[in-house]
Amino acid sequence: MSFLTYLINGLSLGSIYAIIALGYTMVYGIAKMLNFAHGDFIMVGCYVIFTICSTLSGNTFVGIIAAIIICTLLGVTTERIAYRPLRGAASPLAVLITAIGVSYFLENLALLIFGADIKSFSSVVKWNGVTLGDGSLRIQGVTIVTIAVSIVILIALQLFIHKTKEGQAMLAVAEDRGAATLMGINVNKTITLTFAIGSALAAVAGALLCSAYPSLSPYTGAMPGIKAFVAAVLGGIGSIPGAMIGGLVLGIIEILSKTYISSQLSDAIVFGILVVVLLVKPTGILGKKIQEKV
Amino acid sequence: MSLLDVKRLSVNYGVIKALKGISFHVEKGEIVALIGANGAGKTTILHTLSGLIKPADGQIMYNDTDLVHTPGHKIVSLGMAHVPEGRRVFADMTVLQNLKMGAYTRNDAAEFQSTLEMVYKRFPRLEERKNQLSGTLSGGEQQMLAMGRALMSHPDIILMDEPSMGLSPIFVNEIFSIIEDVNKDGVTVLLVEQNAKKALTIADRAYVLETGSIVKEGIADELLSDESIRKAYLGE
Repeated sequence: MSFLTYLINGLSLGSIYAIIALGYTMVYGIAKMLNFAHGDFIMVGCYVIFTICSTLSGNTFVGIIAAIIICTLLGVTTERIAYRPLRGAASPLAVLITAIGVSYFLENLALLIFGADIKSFSSVVKWNGVTLGDGSLRIQGVTIVTIAVSIVILIALQLFIHKTKEGQAMLAVAEDRGAATLMGINVNKTITLTFAIGSALAAVAGALLCSAYPSLSPYTGAMPGIKAFVAAVLGGIGSIPGAMIGGLVLGIIEILSKTYISSQLSDAIVFGILVVVLLVKPTGILGKKIQEKV
Repeated sequence: MSLLDVKRLSVNYGVIKALKGISFHVEKGEIVALIGANGAGKTTILHTLSGLIKPADGQIMYNDTDLVHTPGHKIVSLGMAHVPEGRRVFADMTVLQNLKMGAYTRNDAAEFQSTLEMVYKRFPRLEERKNQLSGTLSGGEQQMLAMGRALMSHPDIILMDEPSMGLSPIFVNEIFSIIEDVNKDGVTVLLVEQNAKKALTIADRAYVLETGSIVKEGIADELLSDESIRKAYLGE
């Protein structure tokens, strides 16, 4: 039974990675950039919830909604002032370095406002969970909620992309910006929408992450952000189902290697997997073959 | 007044002058061909008309709108559609999804349905393959899809960039006869072609481009029998 518990915990952690990875992969697929500040959007969302719920003793639901709104605005604003001017720059490195700069900026801004001490985050999920099979299998409420939320998000995103005009426009922009423009699609607006969705997802991921691992610091988002990037690459960057699969696989591997191998080595194992994937199948599990243009 | 009136259009790619102040016009209902060798600037002209490239200088009047100051994504709703070089269909989308993208700026469901039927009638093969991913179509079918996609926007003028490129002779003939049909239905056509003979055969007028400048213009039939044109572009 204990293996099953670890597996479910892995699924839960993997679900969080998956939600973060969705943001990474959508922005990469559509805006063709890696937003390395994405992990820090999570941290910002957590501080918003912390401030509203713990400091101002406000309602949890209000806290989550506020985090989603603020992260969305943060994502859209960052894109507008930091990334858009560099679109079409001579080197794609320019925007990548800028994203790293935004990441440091947000971390240090949080350090300035909230200080370096680790805050204790109270879970947004108040439900204790369930006990199955004569008490040997306990699943925490936050674990179940996390898995459920990630499933809902995946379904909603797939419906949005395949059933709505805006979603189809995103696919068109992802594939060919010039051709999308010829169709009358506003590429800038589509990219803004992508950042809005990705950043809103970061806020949701943040709420779930800090509920499961209740310590909050300015660097809370950094490591999960990088791991979600690994998950996105593992699943095939640019692919939405790929981000989901990559996240789940990564979460399960991390929890199982923490349990059965060594908790010190688990991060090494996770990044080792990235190296292996890049060597064996550089396009990831669901990634497309990169076609040479004829 | 001309439907499309281009004056002193200049486009630079860095230090390279791709278009050196060219002027031309297209009247309503015409087929106008732009012919010339690779690198003469034909595609650059179409890209500039569609707002994908902004010119260094010049004026593009379309109806009463100055296209130089119109963002690219707003141009299709003014009635100008563009079938780009190399088709550029959305390979990961189905044929039907591509056609829906063509109608992106149109918001009338009934109109969409009737336009779709019109496009299917013109290109029966697209209806047969409507649920197939566009990337799996043959080159000729992709060209049809790119043309059908452009027609979905109800254009007054279609810019066609190298529609015959890479196609078998049978497809080339089919594509050119469809261009003539589309034109007969009242759509003005600005056609860019390396296959000068084919282009001049269906066009009313033509402009000959050489390294960013227009070196000759005239009635297509006259250009077709012009000695220097025959030598330089028709391989005779």
